[in-house]
Amino acid sequence: MTVPGVSPDYRLIDSTLRDGSHAISHQYYAEDVIKIVAGLDAAGVQVIEIAHGDGLGGSSFNYGFSAIDEKELIAKACQTTTQAEIACLMIPGIGLADDLREVRELGVSVARIAVHCTEADITEQHIKVAKDLGMEAIGFLMMAHMNSPEGLVEQATLLQSYGADTIYIADSAGAMTTDDVRRRVNALVKALDVPVGVHAHNNLAMAVSNSIAAYEEGAKNLDGTSAGLGAGAGNCPTEILAAVSDKYGISTGVNPLILMDVAEEIVRPLMPRQQVIDRAGLLLGYAGVYGSFLLHAQRAAERYAVPVADIILELGRRQVVGGQEDMIIDVALELARQHAQSELTDPDMETR
Amino acid sequence: MGLRCVIVGSGNIGTDLMIKMLRSESLDLLALVGIDPASDGLARARSLGVEVSHEGPDWILDNAKKIDMVFDATSAYVHMRYFKKYAETGITAIDLTPAARGPKVIAAVNLSEHLDAPNINLVTCGGQATTPMVHAVRRAASAVPYAEMVSTVASKSAGPGTRQNIDEFTKTTSTALREIGGADTSKAIIILNPADPPIMMRNTVFAGLPKGTDHDAVLESIWAMEREVAAYVPGYRLKNPPVIEEGPYPTPGGVVPHRVVILLEVEGAGDYLPAYAGNLDIMTAAAMRVGEAVAEYRGVKS
Repeated sequence: MTVPGVSPDYRLIDSTLRDGSHAISHQYYAEDVIKIVAGLDAAGVQVIEIAHGDGLGGSSFNYGFSAIDEKELIAKACQTTTQAEIACLMIPGIGLADDLREVRELGVSVARIAVHCTEADITEQHIKVAKDLGMEAIGFLMMAHMNSPEGLVEQATLLQSYGADTIYIADSAGAMTTDDVRRRVNALVKALDVPVGVHAHNNLAMAVSNSIAAYEEGAKNLDGTSAGLGAGAGNCPTEILAAVSDKYGISTGVNPLILMDVAEEIVRPLMPRQQVIDRAGLLLGYAGVYGSFLLHAQRAAERYAVPVADIILELGRRQVVGGQEDMIIDVALELARQHAQSELTDPDMETR
Repeated sequence: MGLRCVIVGSGNIGTDLMIKMLRSESLDLLALVGIDPASDGLARARSLGVEVSHEGPDWILDNAKKIDMVFDATSAYVHMRYFKKYAETGITAIDLTPAARGPKVIAAVNLSEHLDAPNINLVTCGGQATTPMVHAVRRAASAVPYAEMVSTVASKSAGPGTRQNIDEFTKTTSTALREIGGADTSKAIIILNPADPPIMMRNTVFAGLPKGTDHDAVLESIWAMEREVAAYVPGYRLKNPPVIEEGPYPTPGGVVPHRVVILLEVEGAGDYLPAYAGNLDIMTAAAMRVGEAVAEYRGVKS
């Protein structure tokens, strides 16, 4: 809650309009953006992130086409906000430095450059472009459960050397326990000169407690989405994070009551299904598979008549990383073929 | 006698290309040229009895009279500095960097179009792997309103050049899908995967199919193209049969009722690089195919 004269203990970045986009298959319209930005802005949220779920340029066969060009929606967000900064996420290899130039023109002031947690050196070009454009550059290490605290320090140090102002780790699969988060954040806070942030997912029902633990270890930035709308089992719900922070006496600078209104009255009515931790969502966290694979895996399971759980477990075995949605079709086709073969050769089948 | 060739760049690609070229009947390898006398590539060349120089591209210009063709496996930066000088001294350049100075050639699609060009650019590894498939769809359909490729390579096989210029990879590849593949609009995506043991290079092509497309003809054309590419890249294969999925899909090239999904794998030949590095192997294999086609065009008897 806002206490006059006291600056917040951490900065809240709301990603309803970026990570939340996965859960509605990238079907945001201008009126949704205006309402959500106005609500979050009124609640005092410091940064609002908006883009296709897979970042700038993510609209594609592989990740799903946006209903409305993201640049139009970003322009609406920039026009609507009064105090919140507008951020965009981009993943090198999917989006381009040119996309950063375009959104800077629209009024975006924060660039989150996201990369798999072992590949930081592909971001140098983009972090430098963001800095040259006068933006805050946040280095964002995805699937952080797949790298050790020491490995993450190495990668984060590279991001810092390119000019990143803040370094995030993202639990993209919602696979981390509180201890996993503590060890990673602690190592990063000790090793880096720049502030650290954590982006949590809720597959193991740990998103809020992991975010609070990250704060206790020294993280100065936390992510949420309204009503937890997001990839896989969903994100850390912004309104719950704000409410729990209040209970802990952590100053957030945001009004949890307004955030509850935004979640209940604006975001929930948009949701095709409420954000629950069902079997598939839990399996993603359990197997450590990228959350945004969920809806794609469900569609492939239906199309090729194979169990969604088998697809998710096989993707985990293959150690796929964020962005490899094409492998879902690959796995589904292979499972369908194995299934057909086992029916042909299964001796039990003949006696039935 | 074959065309007199040198390879410049003694890194992974140059060294792998050397081993392939030693088997060629129409391309005679004069030397492997690098800049580091202690490099593994030059040591390998010496052990195979190939002449070496560590004086870089200047050695090539000094010996221009003896050289018909240079295969450039350095970097876009070095190629841009030297491509004019190669042309002025009458040396044909096959460019394996993303410098894109000369016309783009995808060996399975437009091999015969630029055989007299002083400089031929080989696009990118992902471009060599996926442009043929977009072309295969295009030749069986009235149009390809939108095509997309997703390339996933093992982290270990992506060198510093790719990592520092990842936008160049996606832009150049995307352009090839339109200009050579025949798509109206396009997108290219590259993903690096650090899994251990390293994964084989994977490429997926999605192409939008207009209403009225003969789906069987599209699938048949794809199977035929697999054979056409595998003729010079033996490890190139369809990992699963191509599938046609029902939409509709609102692509940047307009709404299409169906899309075809083509899942490819490229296993390297293991000449110098490990088998997982199919991304590097497809470049050296394409360079050999183009080089030998130029030799044939110039009447070299093999």
